[in-house]
Amino acid sequence: MKFGVVRFPGSCDEVDAVQAAQRVGDAELLWYADHDLRGVDAVIVPGGFSYGDYLRVGAIARFAPVMAEVERFARSGGPVLGICNGFQVLCEAGLLPGALLPNVSLRFLCRQVGVTVVNAETTWTRACEPGERLSIPVKHTTGRYYAPEPVLDELEANAQVVFRYAPGENPNGSARDIAGVANVAGNVVGLMPHPEHAVDPLTGSEDGLALLRSVVPALA
Amino acid sequence: MLIRPKAGILDPQGQTVERALPALGFEGVSHVHVGRLVELDIDDPSRLDAMCEQLLTNPLIEDYEVQVQNDLDRPDAGRPSRDAGLDALRGSPS
Repeated sequence: MKFGVVRFPGSCDEVDAVQAAQRVGDAELLWYADHDLRGVDAVIVPGGFSYGDYLRVGAIARFAPVMAEVERFARSGGPVLGICNGFQVLCEAGLLPGALLPNVSLRFLCRQVGVTVVNAETTWTRACEPGERLSIPVKHTTGRYYAPEPVLDELEANAQVVFRYAPGENPNGSARDIAGVANVAGNVVGLMPHPEHAVDPLTGSEDGLALLRSVVPALA
Repeated sequence: MLIRPKAGILDPQGQTVERALPALGFEGVSHVHVGRLVELDIDDPSRLDAMCEQLLTNPLIEDYEVQVQNDLDRPDAGRPSRDAGLDALRGSPS
């Protein structure tokens, strides 16, 4: 089982993501300018500031050569996880519904939050229990999940809301406390919290490992 | 292209500016929205809409408005040099 973590110009959490994934399988970096996913079994689009967040967060990264391969991989059912900036990129690329707007506070937030698993049947949450509460950090300025009301209704009806901030812990004003969503098939998931920063008790929590375990057949 | 947050979407940046103005004595200001401006030269302005929809805006969260200025007979008319703003700030002779 091999994970590939995309490195864009301006990514900054790709090494943490590789090291987190190595706790459950093999992992290597994928280069943004390559048209090649190197035969990996799952792709992580990591956090950071791809292309300096120019224009809009995630807007430029979606045109990187490797993203054409990630899109093909995702549309053929391959597991893809977008974390923070990676979530923003997947939304801009049209692989996930909605968009991320500046936090209501307009401030950078960096804190541990409670995240409830709403749908434990996606490719990236199979190792979780429905309703399970994970403790995972957020660190972002542009994390307010937004979609028009009819789209939000549709997401709820299709079980595409995968994670919600625990009651009272919505840090950024996200619609309906949404912290993460999936595509209809459930193989593409994006979330603002950083599971790759919650993989060792030394840093407060290892709850993030559940997402990575979920895609490893032997561990899910 | 003038790009602004879509009506109805919470615009904390606009709200913050709106709250700051009265503090400086600028009363009677409402509905403040902060967007951005993209300027470019283009041979075929009919492609601007497609450009806005595919890259320059995210149609889910932003509206845009196109303003075309035809300077074809005077290609450099009214176009400030790239560093004009900086020069003015530094007070250097233009």
